[in-house]
Amino acid sequence: MAEMIATRDAYGKALVELGHADQRIVALDADLSGSTKTAQFGKEFPGRFFNVGIAEANMVTMAAGLAAGGMVPFASTFAVFAAGRAFEQIRNSIAYAKLNVKIVATHAGVTVGEDGGSHQSVEDLAIMRALPNMTVLCPADGPETAAAIKAAAAHDGPVFVRLGRAKVPTVFSPDCNFRIGKATTLRDGSDLTFMTTGLMTAEALAAAEILQEERISARVVHHGSIKPLDVDAVLLAARETGAVVTAEEHSVIGGLGGAVCETLAEGFPIPVERVGLRDQFGQSGTAEELLSHYGLTAAHLVEAAERVLQRK
Amino acid sequence: MLNQDTRLELEQTARQLRVEVLKMLNTARSGHTGGSLSALDVMTLLFFHQMRHDPSNPDWPERDRFVLSKGHAAPALYACLAEAGYFSRDDLKTLRQLGSHLQGHPDMNKTPGVEVCTGSLGQGLSQAVGLALAARLQGRSSRIYTLLGDGEVQEGQVWEAAMAAAHYQLGNLCAILDANALQIDGEVAKVMNVAPLGPKFLAFNWHVLEVDGHDLDAIARALADAESVTDQPTMIIARTVKGKGVPFFEHKASYHGVPPSDEELDRALEHLGHS
Repeated sequence: MAEMIATRDAYGKALVELGHADQRIVALDADLSGSTKTAQFGKEFPGRFFNVGIAEANMVTMAAGLAAGGMVPFASTFAVFAAGRAFEQIRNSIAYAKLNVKIVATHAGVTVGEDGGSHQSVEDLAIMRALPNMTVLCPADGPETAAAIKAAAAHDGPVFVRLGRAKVPTVFSPDCNFRIGKATTLRDGSDLTFMTTGLMTAEALAAAEILQEERISARVVHHGSIKPLDVDAVLLAARETGAVVTAEEHSVIGGLGGAVCETLAEGFPIPVERVGLRDQFGQSGTAEELLSHYGLTAAHLVEAAERVLQRK
Repeated sequence: MLNQDTRLELEQTARQLRVEVLKMLNTARSGHTGGSLSALDVMTLLFFHQMRHDPSNPDWPERDRFVLSKGHAAPALYACLAEAGYFSRDDLKTLRQLGSHLQGHPDMNKTPGVEVCTGSLGQGLSQAVGLALAARLQGRSSRIYTLLGDGEVQEGQVWEAAMAAAHYQLGNLCAILDANALQIDGEVAKVMNVAPLGPKFLAFNWHVLEVDGHDLDAIARALADAESVTDQPTMIIARTVKGKGVPFFEHKASYHGVPPSDEELDRALEHLGHS
């Protein structure tokens, strides 16, 4: 059984490491530092940590000022507040200005759980992906998160990183590399391709195992980089397997599914099934119950694969 | 405070900048006249008396920084930057035109001397707080100045930033409020009253000064006073006249976002003693 690590925990540790390596790194939070895990950075570097209170708009705009002043700010809160409440500040003060701010949004998706739909962001990828100059990352697990955070720090420009609350199975090795704009093929296959992001990548690997027993060969291509999307990887897998199932813990509108469909519609039109929230908000429940309720499990991916193969 | 020569020189500069602003807006055929003119005396004092900056080296790390939070007064900023030598005065003719480095609202990536991107109201003070923290973290003596509108403080984010600036005891931050009492839809007091401004910022733990925003001596004194306070941000409430310097524009909300026509430009320039 794979080790279970929450991506936010991996973030907290990676940020402390970055803080030691680079004095320009500062962290901001809006009274959720215990949850987003920036508190660890605050403990280690109290002079470089700014808890602005419950004021997300001010937080991200202060981050813009810090970046304009030569620092490398990481600003964290829940995804619903980062991409939602502070959207226009991110748009004008950060993305339009091309400032070197990293927004690391935790508690994305339905795995927030019991807090319910008000706190479960299902639209942040779509919102952030629509912004010019913005890089959008959504790592699969703990090790990839650590690598993604380091890649974000090394990238000169605005980055939005989507992380989760729940512990998720580890897919990547501890020494994995993260390259912005590059997808990772985690399993080869010839009948169809799962194109996945975030915690759905582990589900897709499980689904591919199940399909193997039915003599269906499924490829798994993980997109840790939603924008820029690895268009070459999408087109190559489409050409070689002829059918695609996308999967994300996000609305089927505008996220990875949207991005893949845009790419395929223009470049190589083939049958696609999108797995995600069907234009709906979440609700209270355990993370596991909600993933099952909204059709975000390996079993659901197997069904989607069967549907897409019928259309092939 | 200001000696006679300096005052005369600054008055002359402010008059010249008003001429540039009016010409620029007339050529552009769109833009914000009233709020550019109300802010000009304060900005003249900042750029040509108070701030340490080097137009030949816009990225000088020790420079003081100016954030035009009320970004629609961009023509006033561009006039100052051109006058200071950040770019040619000829460029002012290209304001708001396709391909120009002088955008409708300030863009740090296009215009030399512009520190951040502003124009969406309510964000400049937060940016200034970030800049002030960065200067402090880097051990620099740079001071951060930002100019807000009085209508702008209707944005809730201004008060989030005001709280933060005082919380972090940002003595290197000085905000100036261009209180011209008018906004697009009319009088600030009628659209959504923001008074009393002084007590509000006092209650937020700021050092608060109030001046006539067209009295150069008073502005200079206030800016110097602000420097003497090291553990609090300073808010200078500058009482100003929208459209200041051109009598038929003064106190008129209707000239918030309207440029001078050819005929109005001629009359205005005549009034400013410029032919």
